[in-house]
Amino acid sequence: MKKLIAILLTASLAMVALAESPSMSPSSPDGLRKGGTLGDVADAPPIAGDPRDVQREVRNYPEQPPVIPHTIRDYQVDKRFNRCLDCHSRESAPDAGAPMVSVTHFMDRNFQVRAEVTPGRYFCTQCHVPQTDAEALVESDFKPIDQVIREGDRGEGQ
Amino acid sequence: MMDRLKYYWQLLRKPSVHYSLGFLTLGGFLAGIIFWGGFNTALEVTNTEEFCTGCHEMYSNPYQELKGTIHYSNRSGVRAECSDCHVPHDWTHKIGRKMEASKEVWGWLFGSIDTPEKFEAKRRELAEREWHRLKANDSLECRNCHEFDSMDFTQQDPRAAEAHSTALTDEGDKTCIDCHKGIAHELPDMAGVER
Repeated sequence: MKKLIAILLTASLAMVALAESPSMSPSSPDGLRKGGTLGDVADAPPIAGDPRDVQREVRNYPEQPPVIPHTIRDYQVDKRFNRCLDCHSRESAPDAGAPMVSVTHFMDRNFQVRAEVTPGRYFCTQCHVPQTDAEALVESDFKPIDQVIREGDRGEGQ
Repeated sequence: MMDRLKYYWQLLRKPSVHYSLGFLTLGGFLAGIIFWGGFNTALEVTNTEEFCTGCHEMYSNPYQELKGTIHYSNRSGVRAECSDCHVPHDWTHKIGRKMEASKEVWGWLFGSIDTPEKFEAKRRELAEREWHRLKANDSLECRNCHEFDSMDFTQQDPRAAEAHSTALTDEGDKTCIDCHKGIAHELPDMAGVER
């Protein structure tokens, strides 16, 4: 009996030791998470700065949701109120000097244009985001549509 | 009972026999300092954030909403407390507001907003009361920090500069709260509110 307890104790101790050694943790996947293994606690990357003096940006392809060229800190968009529509709604856009939300946002699922922005398009930040100075998390070979066309004309690319 | 009242009345009316005028004056002066100081200290205690958020109604609704906003957390660390915006700073108006606040004590006693549902149901009413108050006093509490004379319009974006340099001046009929609603707490359902 004593022997059994001794074996069990050493076994559990060994397991604890093994679990804590980093060599036992799964290796870092080559994905979003850079540096260290899954067992390590990595420092959070710095929060990207707010855009201050950004201009409206050219869309990379026609149906790209335009990016937001201003800060949207504390903007309330919920059932009670939509701060974006405070300036971008049909009525307020001219006074505010803001672009009106596109007419597609007034269409319901049957493409019937309604008087107000439809619920399906109500939550602006589902598609529209402000731009920050953040580095891309992963490498990307994305090219804007103009570049694709130019390269296609010149016979480059694939 | 009547006799006793009469006795005290007589005591107050008659000049002092035992105490000197000096003692009474000095004693009155000291008592005045103590009472006045105590009163003001107590008043200031009711102006602290700990006091306001001591009730769960204030802690779990308005205070949580304030926390994310720029008036609570920002790069320079200057922040507004409850009383900075909701209580006038000068004495007369402060006392007026404190008397009004007895209604809030009533609300607390009878739990008028003690659940999220009740708070939500009253959100518009509560917000409107504050909008009216700030409209009536020309957004006094905003101006305690945001001084119109110190605004550099060239640093503001053109639309803000345009609005501030016209509507907000003495000739204009607007005040801060007309445009800047919901800056420190979430807005209620805004249907029908002129903005």
